[in-house]
Amino acid sequence: MVSKMIDATTTPWVQVTAPGGGTGRIKIRSSGVKVYYGDKQALKGINLDIAENSVTALIGPSGCGKSTYLRCLNRMNDTIDRCRVEGTISLDGEDIYGRTIDTVQLRARVGMVFQKPNPFPKSIFDNVAYGPRIHGLARRIEDLEEIVQRSLERAGLWSEVKSRLLDPGTGLSGGQQQRLCIARAIAVNPEVILMDEPCSALDPIATAHIEELIDELRANYTIVIVTHNMQQAARVSQKTAFFHLGDLVEFNDTAEIFTNPRDDKTQGYITGRYG
Amino acid sequence: MTDIVQSVGEFATDSPADRRGWYQSEEFRQLLRRRYASEDRFRILGIAAIVLAAVILLVLLASIVAKGYPAFVQTEVRLDVTFEESVIDPSGSRDERALSGANYQRLIRSALQDIFPDATGRRVRRQLTDLVSIGAAFQLRDMVMSDPSLIGQTRELWVLASDDIDQFLKGNIACGTEHAARLGGQPCTVPENERRVNDRQVGWVDQLIVEERIRRSFNTVLFSAGDSREPELAGILGGVVGSLYTLLVCLLMAVPVGVAAAVYLEEFAPRNRWTGLIEVNINNLAAVPSIVFGLLGLSVLLNFFGLPRSAPLVGGIVLALMTLPTVIIASRAALKAVPPSIRDAALGVGASPYQVVSHHVLPLAAPGILTGTIIGMAQALGETAPLMMVGMIAFIVDIPAGFTDSATVLPVQIYMWSDSPERAFTERTSAAIMVLLGFLIAMNAVAIYLRKRFERRW
Ligand SMILES: Nc1ncnc2c1ncn2[C@@H]1O[C@H](COP(=O)(O)OP(=O)(O)OP(=O)(O)O)[C@@H](O)[C@H]1O
Ligand SMILES: [Mg+2]
Repeated sequence: MVSKMIDATTTPWVQVTAPGGGTGRIKIRSSGVKVYYGDKQALKGINLDIAENSVTALIGPSGCGKSTYLRCLNRMNDTIDRCRVEGTISLDGEDIYGRTIDTVQLRARVGMVFQKPNPFPKSIFDNVAYGPRIHGLARRIEDLEEIVQRSLERAGLWSEVKSRLLDPGTGLSGGQQQRLCIARAIAVNPEVILMDEPCSALDPIATAHIEELIDELRANYTIVIVTHNMQQAARVSQKTAFFHLGDLVEFNDTAEIFTNPRDDKTQGYITGRYG
Repeated sequence: MTDIVQSVGEFATDSPADRRGWYQSEEFRQLLRRRYASEDRFRILGIAAIVLAAVILLVLLASIVAKGYPAFVQTEVRLDVTFEESVIDPSGSRDERALSGANYQRLIRSALQDIFPDATGRRVRRQLTDLVSIGAAFQLRDMVMSDPSLIGQTRELWVLASDDIDQFLKGNIACGTEHAARLGGQPCTVPENERRVNDRQVGWVDQLIVEERIRRSFNTVLFSAGDSREPELAGILGGVVGSLYTLLVCLLMAVPVGVAAAVYLEEFAPRNRWTGLIEVNINNLAAVPSIVFGLLGLSVLLNFFGLPRSAPLVGGIVLALMTLPTVIIASRAALKAVPPSIRDAALGVGASPYQVVSHHVLPLAAPGILTGTIIGMAQALGETAPLMMVGMIAFIVDIPAGFTDSATVLPVQIYMWSDSPERAFTERTSAAIMVLLGFLIAMNAVAIYLRKRFERRW
């Protein structure tokens, strides 16, 4: 991990990764995204571009709409009855709320890791193999085994579970379960991985594990991560977006946000004055 | 509740010293004691309720078993029967029609006559033949039909005693001699003309006992025969088979429809006024008295669609309508209990809504659905009222061989037997209830076993 201490006056405790990385291409472009739950507006017009092969962190006080925005990106909000989405979100220039898009295909391209580890009540192997199976990624069992092994290796779990692949995934520890969920998301070979507070249920060691993992995944995947942990956002992301009450208040390079926030609210939030 | 609030309001202040004082005060201890006392009262009440329920259940079971177990044995009489050709087949043609139409009752009568040669006169001879069941003649016929070479021979046979003799020897007809008492007969206390077994018959039975021509054996008829007007020839097989056919129809209709409806309502249907209305109506249907479904079956299935009366097909459909709400409600509860995070996980890797349901949600809900289904089936197995409306209360001797044959079901047969005047049907009623309870317990055991197995898989 390339990082350096920044002796900024505002946030003396924050380590920030060097800006850069990624291809510089825009992977996801959202403009004027408004989300309503029934009559209640949760997002008030978000314009946000997410760069390819980089990590974008979404921060902001509880209830400001981070999860809501994240769930727009793979249309998980479709499963909520009273939820309505306006505006456009495009993935590689294609409107994901357009008529021609298929949600199954979209969710295969945009994977998701949830706040609480949620492995299927199946074996470790089946957990990872499920996605490739339904999407027809492996013709032969050997291919499937290879995908499972590679995904578990990438998620940093292989050495811990290789001897008990047929044990239930729910029997792993919380941190292992979360890495299993990451392996499951990687296994379908998505282009984008959405993570909603993936470390909130984990101890510092498991968290460090996953942060390292995110940094490695960045080379091949576009990652959007929601986090309440400022250090984490600073450590793993290249871009940071600060949400507040359904608005996108500030969006910039992570280094900029943490050393030189433009908006008072951002400054207040990252220095812990409110949240 | 209010007194707690008040006392805390008086005492609790922001000073820690005061708070500690309150928790050590006598008043707080009293409050604590009162809390424990109410807990104790609640526990005693709960234990009392369980004990009461257990006692009632035990008394019920004990009375049924006590009444019913004699029905599992049956009295038989040993006769030396001569298969006379002049009676069975005077023409010597061995024609099946002749063999089956012959007067076998005469063979029985003469066999009895051989034992009691001094029984003369029409009435006395009649009383003599009343000792054995009319089923004995059928027994002889079946023997001859399957083996015509018996004709001309003499065989020692155990034939069924009549139900009156059976009951007399089981002590249910209050008159017996010293010999009969050994087998369970009661001393004579009732005048002869009020008894189904008169003094002369008592004497004959006495002699049969002395000659060791009476025995008790396991009542196979009860399990292998259909219904009959003669208690000693009546069995529950017709009712059991009828119940099986009816339940099968019910299962095949209620489970797919019920589970599909539950899955649709729970997983796919939008939540709006219409689905809300449907939900309310399903819950209401569960509370509709079962006889209403019988009336529905009568007017729609029989009168409008012209389906056959008394058929398991119709009974099964009616029971399916009745159990459908149970199955739907239980299945929906089981589906609701599947954590939403599993659905999110499956959707998140790109499973289609159908795959989410069939790969993840249904397997997890299966134990609950299964339990609900079996409970519904057990309910259906015990149901009588709606089946009576569609004609399944008819007196049917034959064992049903298909879904459209006339049939009755076990609980209806129990109901009909309980209504029969013969003493012997009373104990058979209890015996049939024991069998029905056995089926219900077996079904519940299967439900528990399957649930345990399914749960272990995850
Ligand atoms: N299913 C829902 N139905 C109705 N309102 C919802 C629903 N989900 C979220 N909301 C509302 O939308 C707003 C944004 O919620 P969201 O979950 O996106 O917040 P968040 O930023 O992720 O918060 P947290 O950091 O606590 O997870 C909140 O005010 C919340 O009450
Ligand atoms: Mg959230």
